[in-house]
Amino acid sequence: MKKETTRYGLLIDYEYCTGCFACEVACAQEFKRKAGTIKGIKVIEIEQRLSQTEGYLTYLPFPTENCVLCPHLTRKGGLPACVKACMASCMKYGPVDQLAKEMNRKPRLVLWAHR
Amino acid sequence: MRPKTNPTTSRIVRTTSWSAGPGCHGTCGVLAHIKNGKLIKIEGDPDHPWNQGRLCARCLAMTQYVYHPDRLTRPLKRVGARGEGKWREISWDEAYDWIEKEMKRIRREYGPESMIFTMGTGRDIGAWICMLAYAYGSPNVMFAMSGNACYSPRIAAVETALGDYCVPDASQWLPKRYDDPRYRVPQCLIIWGYNIPNTCPDNIFGHWFVDLMKRGTKIICVDPRMSWFACRAKKWLRLRAGTDGALAMGMLNVIVNHGLYDRNFVEKWTNAPLLVRSDTGKLLAARDLWNDAASDDFVVWDNKTKRPVAWLSSAVKTRTDARPALRGEYEVVLFDRKRISCKPVWEVFKQRIDEYPIERVAAITGVAARDIEEAARLFAGSKPAAVHWGLPIDSTPGITPTALAITDLWCLTGNLDVPGGNVFARHAFDAVSYALPGAEGVIKLATREMDEKRIGADKYGPFRKFIWRAQTDSVLDQIRSGNPYAVKGMWLQTGNLIAGIGFEPKKWQEALKKLDFVAAVDLFMTPTTQYADVVLPAASFLEKESVRSWWVPLQTINKAISIPECKPDVEINFELAKRFDPHFRWKTLHDLFDDIIKPSGMTFEQLQRKGFAFPPEGHPSAPYHRYKKGLLRKDGRPGFQTPSGLMELYSKLREEWGLDAMAHYEEPPFTPLSRPDLAKEYPLILGTGRRSAAFFNAEHRMIPWLRELDPDPVVEIHPDKAAELDIENGQWVWVETWLGRQRFKAKITIVVPPEMVMVPHGWWFPEKPGAEPSLFGAWESNINQLIPMNAQGEDGLGSPLKNLLCRVYKAVAEEQPS
Repeated sequence: MKKETTRYGLLIDYEYCTGCFACEVACAQEFKRKAGTIKGIKVIEIEQRLSQTEGYLTYLPFPTENCVLCPHLTRKGGLPACVKACMASCMKYGPVDQLAKEMNRKPRLVLWAHR
Repeated sequence: MRPKTNPTTSRIVRTTSWSAGPGCHGTCGVLAHIKNGKLIKIEGDPDHPWNQGRLCARCLAMTQYVYHPDRLTRPLKRVGARGEGKWREISWDEAYDWIEKEMKRIRREYGPESMIFTMGTGRDIGAWICMLAYAYGSPNVMFAMSGNACYSPRIAAVETALGDYCVPDASQWLPKRYDDPRYRVPQCLIIWGYNIPNTCPDNIFGHWFVDLMKRGTKIICVDPRMSWFACRAKKWLRLRAGTDGALAMGMLNVIVNHGLYDRNFVEKWTNAPLLVRSDTGKLLAARDLWNDAASDDFVVWDNKTKRPVAWLSSAVKTRTDARPALRGEYEVVLFDRKRISCKPVWEVFKQRIDEYPIERVAAITGVAARDIEEAARLFAGSKPAAVHWGLPIDSTPGITPTALAITDLWCLTGNLDVPGGNVFARHAFDAVSYALPGAEGVIKLATREMDEKRIGADKYGPFRKFIWRAQTDSVLDQIRSGNPYAVKGMWLQTGNLIAGIGFEPKKWQEALKKLDFVAAVDLFMTPTTQYADVVLPAASFLEKESVRSWWVPLQTINKAISIPECKPDVEINFELAKRFDPHFRWKTLHDLFDDIIKPSGMTFEQLQRKGFAFPPEGHPSAPYHRYKKGLLRKDGRPGFQTPSGLMELYSKLREEWGLDAMAHYEEPPFTPLSRPDLAKEYPLILGTGRRSAAFFNAEHRMIPWLRELDPDPVVEIHPDKAAELDIENGQWVWVETWLGRQRFKAKITIVVPPEMVMVPHGWWFPEKPGAEPSLFGAWESNINQLIPMNAQGEDGLGSPLKNLLCRVYKAVAEEQPS
């Protein structure tokens, strides 16, 4: 029987992402990615107009096609560069099946599985 | 066997990020990865209690910062006219010799005070620029913002009431932080005008408040913008820009009139019982009644004996045991037999509060009366609760009365110096490097007489008691007029007067051109350094040793790398200070650092090995309940370092300075209410200076990883207003006031209300030519050109940079940037 490999991912609590871009620059630094190129993570600002007077401002750190989840760091027990730097501590790294269990804990979470 | 790593080729240096570099006032612990002497990576130090491993975009971009091709790496001497951008590289020796010669000539011919020492926001420059100015003999150190309107006005206001400054307690005084059993998470936190996740100004790590929210803290957000906090707040009070003082008075009205305040605190620890004369409106002095009383004593009315009793300020108690009245009106007989009526401060304070019923406050602020009441009740009902405030408090000439009202809020609700409340912010171990508000540092002028010529100190009370800088607007006036004495030179250190901090910068440009001698110290050429005669290349925090004694923790900055020819600010100023002052006290930098941190009982090298240090419990610089324990006053008595020894709801100092002694609201000078005539021509409210996560003030525009995050100068416009003005997202538009117009890219967003636009500051374009007329594009999108100088308050403080008036319209095709 073929042994299933564990898939890793990120649990992102976008309620607390403040849009500080630390993750993007941490990724740029880690992989020496030039300005103007797509980093492994990109912060997206989502402005929600809910009524004439109400709104909600959301930032979502979105892992891109360039994200490799920093195996050179995680192999040694470290965290992916973006997770380590995150000023709001709103990203968690781990096996997706374990992270999925945390989805019940609170609203405004997204779980991303590495490709 | 594991291969040995050669320590000379690969190592990690643990240090503290305090500018130059990220730009902020914070003090994150960082790990600098060095390979072959070069910085290859920087990350947050997980063992540092301040940031706990986290690190911001600006610090993470340090590899691009330190090795930037545009960095200044040699002293430059101007060879063309000022602004012409022609320079010759010179050696450090030549630079030092020439600066020494020129500055000594100015000192000899005009006196040391004719040299101004100018900085942007302080950081690891404040102490060293003071050291140089004082060694030279000049008291004129200038923080170059109009009305000195960034932070020191708030500090001065709180010290006026409390004798010490306060900040919200996010457990930063406790090494174990949130897990320390002494700590309590605030149930409620007012974020008053603060976009704090961006740039961490004011020695606070912005994301601490995010940590607290995760631990249950409810937010009341006071902001005209729909900020990140506003969206997540339990209560968002979307006030009209600049009406913060009215809102605070309205909240006080609810709290006092509904009995939601801490009665014990009011009776025991505030000057509520002291009598105020009805004839003069001033505090009744004990000397008015008894000619043998001490000059600084006051009077209370004793309800037991129905007689006046002296309040002994130096003993912080009444002369005889008394039950002081807080309410009512009492007749007392003065020493000269005159009969006058008096009221306790609390009665007068209550009358003041009653001028602000919430319906009136709602009309001023635009916040619904019900929301004001609910917010006040939520704040007063939460134990503990705290307030954190931002620069908008300073951005009105009514800064001090506004800040007094907010100080009254956290004090009257029993949140002073309690875990999770607003705690006294003293420098760790009381190790103070230089004169900050309320503190006397190790670095000071040789004599008090030398301070007498400090510009503006004669006019403005707080500048004689708390703020040891020149008053900025008065300096500009004096450079232009030469009265009362001529200003002949300027030392400019890491401050961008033209593109970053100066308002009406063309006046500063003209002023710089007028001076005999201008020296600048910076890491990059800026529009401002174009006007210097000599520019010295400064080092980033990674290239220096230094000491950080600002609140907590006490720590060292440790050298990780060298960039040839760049020198730390402290080293440059130390060398010149030795040349100017034959009695200069220190032989080496380590002597200086040792002296500064002496109260900690450690030497610089010992502290360096330790990394950081927190004052122990029971030390005056460690929380909590210090006013009760007698830890604030020099004499060890319980109480405060104020004229009465009490928290002053009615400020004796303000009374002495001829200013209104209690919290109140002043309408800012350029609003639709105060200037309806201007509002007809300029119908939109103009707010300026909102922060960007990518930049600190005017810095970082040349750092590729940061610039790509926020590439253009923008103006935020509400979609409804944009539709009305026929403006589309991304279009270039003009923002115009009576002072001129500047060009910005429209960002259509619901973050601003329809009647207001917001324009970030500090824009110049390092990619454009530095010489005049371009001046790195400093005249294109520089919102400071539209902010008036000389709009400071009666006490010399504050500037209306967030509550102006403007109009906005599209730029036609030929007016778009190339």
